Amino acid sequence: MPVLCGNYIEKLHSLRAGYKRRINIVESIVQIRDLHFTRGTHKIFNGISLDIRAGQVTAFMGPSGTGKTTLLKLIGGQLHPQQGTVQVFGEDIHNVGQNTLYAVRKQMGMLFQSGALLTDLNVFENVAFPLREHTQLPEQIMRDLVLLKLEAVGLRGARKLMPSQLSGGMARRVALARAIVLDPSMIMYDEPFTGLDPITKGTIVTLIKELNESMGLTSVIVSHDVDETLSIADYIYVISEGEIVESGTSADLSTSSSEWMQQFLQGLPDGPVPFHYPSDNFKEDLLVGR
Amino acid sequence: MIAATLQNIGGWALGLFENLGRASIFFARIIAAIPHALTRPRLIIKEVYSIGVLSLTIIVVSGLFVGMVLGLQGYITLVDFGAEESLGVVVAMTLVRELGPVVTALLFAGRAGSALAAEIGLMKATEQLSSMEMMAVDPIKRIITPRFIGGFISVPLLTAIFTAVGILGGRFVGVGLLGIDEGSYWSQMQANVDLVDDVANGMIKGVVFAIACVWIALYKGYDAMPTAEGISLATTHTVVNSALAVLGLDFILTALMFGNL
Repeated sequence: MPVLCGNYIEKLHSLRAGYKRRINIVESIVQIRDLHFTRGTHKIFNGISLDIRAGQVTAFMGPSGTGKTTLLKLIGGQLHPQQGTVQVFGEDIHNVGQNTLYAVRKQMGMLFQSGALLTDLNVFENVAFPLREHTQLPEQIMRDLVLLKLEAVGLRGARKLMPSQLSGGMARRVALARAIVLDPSMIMYDEPFTGLDPITKGTIVTLIKELNESMGLTSVIVSHDVDETLSIADYIYVISEGEIVESGTSADLSTSSSEWMQQFLQGLPDGPVPFHYPSDNFKEDLLVGR
Repeated sequence: MIAATLQNIGGWALGLFENLGRASIFFARIIAAIPHALTRPRLIIKEVYSIGVLSLTIIVVSGLFVGMVLGLQGYITLVDFGAEESLGVVVAMTLVRELGPVVTALLFAGRAGSALAAEIGLMKATEQLSSMEMMAVDPIKRIITPRFIGGFISVPLLTAIFTAVGILGGRFVGVGLLGIDEGSYWSQMQANVDLVDDVANGMIKGVVFAIACVWIALYKGYDAMPTAEGISLATTHTVVNSALAVLGLDFILTALMFGNL
């Protein structure tokens, strides 16, 4: 029975992935128009507009504190903008009731930077959590589905471990298995490469790429890890000071004539973004009181 | 100077009312989620265990000592009037009407309330609540309401246990150590403690204190700043606000039940 069920589910995934690839290749899953968002007195977004296309890996890059994670929360409906609209799967995410909002969220998975695993549940139960909450599947089928997803991220053998026993990279992989367990159409990754060793980073890059292709997903990545992001993103938006300063493919950005863009991509300490915080003349500052 | 003072008072009052408003909406959301939570009794049983059963040690030990002290103090006072046979009534009335509900609620706030606030606050700080929202799972339904019901069930039961153990503690000192007649101890208690006026009113206090303590603990955790300092403040505020709420509510309830005000 488990083997038959596993084969059936794999076949279902394969059919679904092919179907999604055919119909969604150019459709915009997320449409953001004239988005303004302010936190306290700090303006985070100043009228940005963009599209996230189905089937692609779209990345948001930019310096720390530019609101990349905030943008994911706006797309997920966890934050509300002061002005502008965010359409996700055709729904104006900030003007729908809770039932519609949750129906939309079931179609999107999110990988948090910390993994955000439930600390009182083991790995298996963490991945099974969305299934237990949203489906009435028999225990055997639920077990097969969870093991399939854990196998996909290479952690089937860690199913009995508690979150406190996992490394940062393992926790993120478990969180990824949990994010895909309901077979969403879109996954949002919040800083998926931060704080990982090179091997784990490579594993996550490969997983994002393979899952996107095999499941026909749409992926949205927020990151400031330049090499990893450029290697897998189909389209990249660069955000700075509340606006989109550049957008295009990896090749477009690499050949950009913008000094700011080149400073960001090459990680240069000084340039259009100065090394020094604005201050008075250094010499005069040293002579104060003498 | 005066304008600044008035501005500060105004700011404080606005903050207070905003906080009360948020807490009231939070409470209304919990109440609305109760029917859904009742369909998942396993979650509630788990919370009754962690909130109630794990609080038994402190409740039983405290109840025993409070009863023993009451027995001793009561005897010292009553013996001067030759009324030491009434010790059972004094101990029972004090525990059933007053000390049982109040001390249980205060101990509950210190032991389970602070733990609830810290747990919820930490879940918020580690984005567990956010991740649930993104999985289309309402944290109020899945996390908060089962804990609320768990506390609502546990506190009155803990109150009953505290009171019963306290009465046994009073008996141990009065009958066992000081030589009061056992028959008098129990029969006077039976004759003078009324099931409705005393026991039922005491349990009503327990229920009201349970709602207040669990609401405060859950709200403080849910509303905590997602930082180490925020969680520390949430647990401190939980204990302080719960204690003040219990003592304030106790006066109001006592006045309504027994005070003829």
